[in-house]
Amino acid sequence: MRITRKLEFSAAHFYHNPNFSADENRRIFGKCNNPHGHGHNYVLEVTVAGEPDPETGMVLDLKELKQILQREVADRMDHKHLNYEVPELAGQIPTCENIATVIWNLLQPKIKQGRLDRVRLYESPELFAEFTADDANGNAAGVRA
Amino acid sequence: MKASLGRRYTFAASHRLHNAKWSAEENRQLYGKCNSPYGHGHNYVLEIAFTGPVAPETGMIANLGDLDPFVQREVIEPFDHKYLNEQIPAFRDVVPTTENLAREIFRRLETFPGAKLERVRIQETSNNSFEYCGE
Repeated sequence: MRITRKLEFSAAHFYHNPNFSADENRRIFGKCNNPHGHGHNYVLEVTVAGEPDPETGMVLDLKELKQILQREVADRMDHKHLNYEVPELAGQIPTCENIATVIWNLLQPKIKQGRLDRVRLYESPELFAEFTADDANGNAAGVRA
Repeated sequence: MKASLGRRYTFAASHRLHNAKWSAEENRQLYGKCNSPYGHGHNYVLEIAFTGPVAPETGMIANLGDLDPFVQREVIEPFDHKYLNEQIPAFRDVVPTTENLAREIFRRLETFPGAKLERVRIQETSNNSFEYCGE
């Protein structure tokens, strides 16, 4: 059984790799390289897998999951600039792939009932990246948006 | 025959709500997390409505082949993947709330020839939207 909870947050970011020249950055990252940044309404879907507890009928109390998402993700990333204000992303390009991986690493140790199965992060309605239990176990090629 | 035409566009941009006339504390109190110093961002959805007579020869209020490049030039190119506070001159001294964004976009689009701009609606998130009809 899998249960999924959704969280929306708004954040700014831009893509820039200091190892590339200005020209290379522009060529590879296009309009996402604008140094002033731009932003998105991110939609996060977090899926937890497990057997429903026979007493409560729940895999995990969704209220508790909501609190974990608020504390670990919303408090860190909502209304923030991902390049400057999220230490877990320091030194990384804040692509959807990298943010999803950071969110997986933040949430995984906090889920005590059931197990974290999938983190799906939408940057826009047309684009998302996923990090799954298979990725964590090294069984998949990686995360591709 | 008179009718109205609606069209939807999207762009991603960042902004910060901050009024330089007020203290840091006052700004934090009024704008809350939207005052966060480095800005934050949204996928804005822009819906515009034009009214006008339907030309009998074309059956159209406005040709989307003319409207789309006009909106692209006036709004999407200057706003998409930009920081509104620093990259749109109108927001140098005006706080880029979505109310003010709707007014600025209305101002840019009302010059479209041949049909009357009736309404600009901007969805900032899935929970809030703003409409401006030119006063």
